[in-house]
Amino acid sequence: MKWAFWRRERRNEELQEEIRAHLLLAEREAMETGMLKKEAHHRARREFGNVAVAEEVTRDMWGGRGLLDFLQDVRYAMRSFRQRPGFVTVALLTLALGIGATTVMFSLVNGVLLKPLPYPKPNKLVAVNGHTDAWNTKIYGEQKLAYPDFLDCERESRSLDMAALVYQSGTLSAPGDPQYVDYFEISPELFSILRVPLALGRAFLPEEDKIGATPVAILGYSFWQKRFDGRADVLGSSMVLEQKHYTVVGVAPAGFKLYGDEPEIYAPLGQDPAGYLHNRQAQPVHVVGRLKPGRTLAEAQAEIALTGKHLAQAFPDSNQGRSLLVKRLEPPVGDVGSTLWLLLGAVGLVLLIACVNVASLMLARAVSRERELAMRVALGASRGRLVRQCLTESALLSLTGGLLGVGLANMGLQQFLTFWPGELPRVEEVQVDWRVLLFAVGVSVVSGLLFGLAPAWRAPVREVEQILRAGARTMAGSSRRLHSAFITSEIALAIVLLIAAGMLGRALLHASSLDPGLDIRNLLVMRVGLSPATLADPGKIPAGWQDLMERARRVPGVESVTAVDIVPMRQGNNQVGYSTSADISQREKLPMVLASSATQDYLKVMGISLLEGRFFDDHDRLGSELVIVVDDVLAKSAFRGQDALGKNLWIPEMPCVQPDAKKFVECSAPYKIIGVVGHVRYWGLAGDDQALVRAQLYYPLAQVAPPFLPRWSQLMSIAVRTSVPPLTVVESLRQELRGAAGDQVLYQVRTMEQLAHNSLALQRFLLLLFGVFATLALVLACIGIYGVLAYLTGQRVPEIGLRMALGASPAAVLSLVLRQSLGIILLGIGIGTVFALATGRVMERLVEGMPPISLSTFAVTIPFLTLAAMVASYFPARRASQVDPMYALRQE
Amino acid sequence: MASRKQRYQNRTEILQGTLDMLILQTLEWAPRHGYALSKAIRTNSGEILKVDTGSLYPALHRLERKGWIASEWKASELGPRLRIYRLTQLGKRQLMSERSRWDRLTAAIAGILNPAKKENVP
Repeated sequence: MKWAFWRRERRNEELQEEIRAHLLLAEREAMETGMLKKEAHHRARREFGNVAVAEEVTRDMWGGRGLLDFLQDVRYAMRSFRQRPGFVTVALLTLALGIGATTVMFSLVNGVLLKPLPYPKPNKLVAVNGHTDAWNTKIYGEQKLAYPDFLDCERESRSLDMAALVYQSGTLSAPGDPQYVDYFEISPELFSILRVPLALGRAFLPEEDKIGATPVAILGYSFWQKRFDGRADVLGSSMVLEQKHYTVVGVAPAGFKLYGDEPEIYAPLGQDPAGYLHNRQAQPVHVVGRLKPGRTLAEAQAEIALTGKHLAQAFPDSNQGRSLLVKRLEPPVGDVGSTLWLLLGAVGLVLLIACVNVASLMLARAVSRERELAMRVALGASRGRLVRQCLTESALLSLTGGLLGVGLANMGLQQFLTFWPGELPRVEEVQVDWRVLLFAVGVSVVSGLLFGLAPAWRAPVREVEQILRAGARTMAGSSRRLHSAFITSEIALAIVLLIAAGMLGRALLHASSLDPGLDIRNLLVMRVGLSPATLADPGKIPAGWQDLMERARRVPGVESVTAVDIVPMRQGNNQVGYSTSADISQREKLPMVLASSATQDYLKVMGISLLEGRFFDDHDRLGSELVIVVDDVLAKSAFRGQDALGKNLWIPEMPCVQPDAKKFVECSAPYKIIGVVGHVRYWGLAGDDQALVRAQLYYPLAQVAPPFLPRWSQLMSIAVRTSVPPLTVVESLRQELRGAAGDQVLYQVRTMEQLAHNSLALQRFLLLLFGVFATLALVLACIGIYGVLAYLTGQRVPEIGLRMALGASPAAVLSLVLRQSLGIILLGIGIGTVFALATGRVMERLVEGMPPISLSTFAVTIPFLTLAAMVASYFPARRASQVDPMYALRQE
Repeated sequence: MASRKQRYQNRTEILQGTLDMLILQTLEWAPRHGYALSKAIRTNSGEILKVDTGSLYPALHRLERKGWIASEWKASELGPRLRIYRLTQLGKRQLMSERSRWDRLTAAIAGILNPAKKENVP
């Protein structure tokens, strides 16, 4: 840098020397013709022309001019900033907040939605899924594969390395206290396909992937830390999972997740003799694959599709109509995407307002510097040069603001994440990385252009002579219009955010006032793992449940107890198709209903109202008539207002008959409706109205056929109604329910109030954020209005003074200024309302439980905003009305 | 970049596009300093072409930057040193190509200005 300047300096001197020589030679020649020295000197000068211009143009030929100008502009901008520390502070603060908030939101979008999977070469990873026409991905998610189908694909494939995995849960009974654990059964190749090295020990061997091989296990990293204190000698030790003795051979790497969760234990999939794994009718396994070197996705797709076709021909009973698909493996993030984009959009609006604010500040400055700029044009500065200088100033501001903003974002990001309701998927990926930095720089540059363009564009507009001749106090009409446009757009943006916040508030109020359909007070729900010894023998399971509930009832403070498989407002559900006639040949066309199995006290415990008929009793048992109870939604939709009581439903997916290991037999017996109960807001207070499947039915746990009982028992929860605050009985319940063998464990203990509260967590969180954004927008807009009006009225002081000298009263001046600002504000409200209506449509689609946009939201927010804006304009207006006419006139 | 070029050409409107060639040609005969160069162009054109010094020095510096001419300093009894420019090998090649282009151009213009001659050619 320095060297470049020095070189330039030397070249400059050389150029001057060269020109001096030229002039001297010309002078000497002129003197040779007999001229006097002085005359010759002048003539040589005259002939040469403008030395300065020649030098300037020559210097242009050297190149590197742009950098020099730029540095000069930067120095100049710094000097002018130092003169106005107030302006710079306000502008920087506004920008830092705007850019910081935007950067935080983008970090989330980046980490959760944009970043690739955290494995080497993630673009080579694929998922293999099944597809049948009847499959509804919206309800069930992607269709998984049958394990035998996976084995065939794996053997046949030339383009993919594949691994299968299936989620399991069960009781770990030794060493230490029994604990209910989540684990995955996996193919031995899983870790090598994902290319993640184990933290300790080894992966499974191919010979361990067979039925009858030695049971071996790999521990999840967190589980290893928690339960085994991260001891290395855990390798080779043994543990008892679901009554099977495993030898620990490895520990998975830290932070390794499957489908969004970190498994606690891994076991070899091929060792599991369970019937459903060796049945092509059932599709329990996830399949991931990695493209072999040199193979493309299209090749893999064609190959797997062909294998699928062959399987359909070879096994028509199970695979008819089933095709196999290969897709790129995507991170599992669920539907959080819409929320994140919504928030990024909202925060973008705040940033836009911040930019408009800074723009109006800059413009006010540019107008007051008009004479200075005009002077520079008159002295030979090109207009492009002035524009460049204005842009340099704004770029300097915006980049500094951006730097501060990134600092703020970096500090605030982790705090913000702790506010996120529930679990944010891939939250470990959320950090300020190069993408985020790039984004922040991009946003800074764009905002710099946004707020720098107006003054820059203005700079060369007006006739130089006119400005120089005119007095300092003239006011450019175009600038007044531009200032008004700023206020208008700020108000419009603020309205959009205010309306959005208002809509969310209304949605939340509305949802909180809804009747959940059950009594959420003094109600405790929890999952419970039955003793593995009981689970192993289906004949013992009913007695096991009976014993469990007896024990629970003995706990002081417990009023009543029920077992149930799916719990309202908690994750997990069971949806089945039903028919009002015995014809169930078109399975895929059947309407869906939420089916839950329960015991006879269910209504009493949950506080659900019985509308007609009865609930289950002791007579509803295995072998007696199959019965169900439906809710009023199902009663209405299935029988169109006719009395549902006593009618039959056919529900092929119910666990009513014994499936043999080879073939799944549909439940063809009818279920008789013996009661109608009130609807429960199963999908949460806000989400239930828009849920795809709202109808509900209950069937007695006592009528679940024995072969299904182990599976059902794994899913069961118990619900307890208490006479005391529910959380006070948890410890005694935990002790009492351990059972005779001491190996029954409670987990996921929640009060129904918590679940109901959580079901609105997202809405509450959005309301909070939008509330903050809207407040920020309102404050920024008010500051903007105040600043602009103060500036505009300041420019009009002589005019106002004249008016007052001619007899205008202070009140008249006050109303003059207020009328002017009211016009601008109303225009902004008008434009903002149009955008707010569009935003409302988007929000209705993205946020559950959003009532359609209503007039009342506007009726509340618009007067509020108008009032705030008028207050902001009152102060400058009042100051204008207190102008001393003599003083004002003397200023001119 | 384009705008800068434009500006430069506007200043050399008398000799639009040909100043470079004239400088190169004049330097091919002998190395010279700037003043001698402008004088040579004026004299050799029979006082018709007058090089604007506001264009001469930018052109010289630009040609030097392109590597077509090179310069060295020589002491003189004047006081300031003299900067003597000479043609480089690259500049010679450039001159050849500009000359042949110029010849084609003038021939073409001559053809238009004197169409009768051309028509007489069988």
